[in-house]
Amino acid sequence: MTDVAHAADRRDLAWWVDRAVQILVLAGGLSAIVFIAGIFVFITREGAGFVFDRFDFREFFFSPRWTPTSSHNPTYGALALIAGTASVTGLAMVVSVPFSLGAAVYIGEFATGRVRETLKVLVELLAAIPSVVWGFIGLSIMNPLIIQIFDVPIGLNVLNSGIILGLMAAPIMTTIAEDALKAVPDTYREAAEAMGATRWQVTFKVVLPAARNGLVAATLLGVGRGFGETMAVLMASGHSINLPTSPFDSVRALTATIAAELGETAAGSDHYQALFTLGIFLFLVTFAINFAADVFVRGGQRKHRRRGRRPAASANP
Amino acid sequence: MTSPAPGRAAGDYAVEVEDLAIRYHGKPALSGVTFQVRRNEIFGIIGPANSGKTSFLRAINRMDLMTAGMEVSGSVRVEGRDVRSWRNPYALRQRIGVVFPLPVGLPLTIYDNVALSSRLRGTRRKADLDVIVERCLRRAALWDEVKDRLDSLGSLLSGGQQQRLTIARALSQDPSILLLDEFSIAVDPVTTMRIEEVLAELRSEMTIVLVTNLVQQARRLAARTAFFLTGELVEVTETETMFEGGAQDPRTTAYVEGKFG
Repeated sequence: MTDVAHAADRRDLAWWVDRAVQILVLAGGLSAIVFIAGIFVFITREGAGFVFDRFDFREFFFSPRWTPTSSHNPTYGALALIAGTASVTGLAMVVSVPFSLGAAVYIGEFATGRVRETLKVLVELLAAIPSVVWGFIGLSIMNPLIIQIFDVPIGLNVLNSGIILGLMAAPIMTTIAEDALKAVPDTYREAAEAMGATRWQVTFKVVLPAARNGLVAATLLGVGRGFGETMAVLMASGHSINLPTSPFDSVRALTATIAAELGETAAGSDHYQALFTLGIFLFLVTFAINFAADVFVRGGQRKHRRRGRRPAASANP
Repeated sequence: MTSPAPGRAAGDYAVEVEDLAIRYHGKPALSGVTFQVRRNEIFGIIGPANSGKTSFLRAINRMDLMTAGMEVSGSVRVEGRDVRSWRNPYALRQRIGVVFPLPVGLPLTIYDNVALSSRLRGTRRKADLDVIVERCLRRAALWDEVKDRLDSLGSLLSGGQQQRLTIARALSQDPSILLLDEFSIAVDPVTTMRIEEVLAELRSEMTIVLVTNLVQQARRLAARTAFFLTGELVEVTETETMFEGGAQDPRTTAYVEGKFG
């Protein structure tokens, strides 16, 4: 009797280890929230002075004049920077969506055995190339190539940075898109093949529609990647303030502006705070994109709920 | 060439199997199978798990092409022609409807599930598709339950409804052979009986190979029944004879009487 009572209340080593691990992983999980919140608080605080005193909504969003260093009349119009980032990201998506979806469909649906494994490793390796290397390629290979092919005076422009950024974003998009295809149950493929559907028909009529949400999420994450990329865009875009009217115009991106100018501003100055305001804007946009991607991934899970899908990896890479 | 049974021409058989053997990664799953399925016959296949029943069905519609490590030897003739001599295996599969053990409602609407096969073969006109969808759903005894929600997802139907949806989908192929693999595993008894009635009616139009885990189901439906045991064909006998104690092999009698399996 007392033995049973003893066993019922005794907290042994396994109990304590379990408790400790629970607290540890909870701390790990919470730290993600703390860091995100901390970053947001920090950039908001640094930019707050500008946002509340100097910020002019119309100037910021509708004026292309970004002249923060002008001594008599500094202006903070971010339109050209937003247009720069948007045009480069847009072109990057035009390049990366067909590449990455094609690669994902090939790896996920057509390739088998060793070819498939090799390709997966290669794609992951491609994702690991540092962005400065991509920028270097843009600067020293794409630049002369564009000048030569299109007979334009400068090859550092929307076209160059869009292609570079597209190639940069494609591997991660491929990986996520392939995960989305893998989440489609094999029973769907088998049922469609048993009806006499060809591989392509199975892919196009059954697998792609079933994976649609995951594929949209992959594209959105690519957009987020393009929006946030700094170094490669700085090096390949020409970095000149410009409302682009053709792919051969040089542009300047939001991120590149912060990277290039922050080191030369006095902490706390209007210029410094204006750069942080750009940072707040970037943060909000990427947050919105990632959030949208997450919503799509969850939507995709719900559709397969009845078949007991495994939970997809977090949408935030 | 198999010599046809006396009094029967080769054309009387929908499926002819000769010395069929199936291996997965070199490991035998089924061997030495020889028999014929007559045209417009419901042919039952019974046997415990791992006896090779499903593998047999997979060999008929050439699913070995997409199953890594699956090797088929011997010959399977569908409508007189060895399935491995069909240069277009997709055309072969279109002639053979398959119903899987667990219903697979494709993640499409009910309408699109049933229209898929016709669309794959190039039917585009909505009016034509409407006729096909309604006819197939009616024949699968599902029309009355779903006619008001053809645009909702097929994968959201109940298990029994999904299984009838897959039967409707198989019928939309206008198959000459229908393969059913333990279709009643995830279906309630009432729905099972309804599907059995449907199958009995379909027999006049197609040949049905019914793999079942329920020996009584084979008895209710099949004219002849094959008994598979651990990768071997034990015997093929008229179903009534088999169940009346007239089986050639004592293992068959033991199995149908429920002594094992």
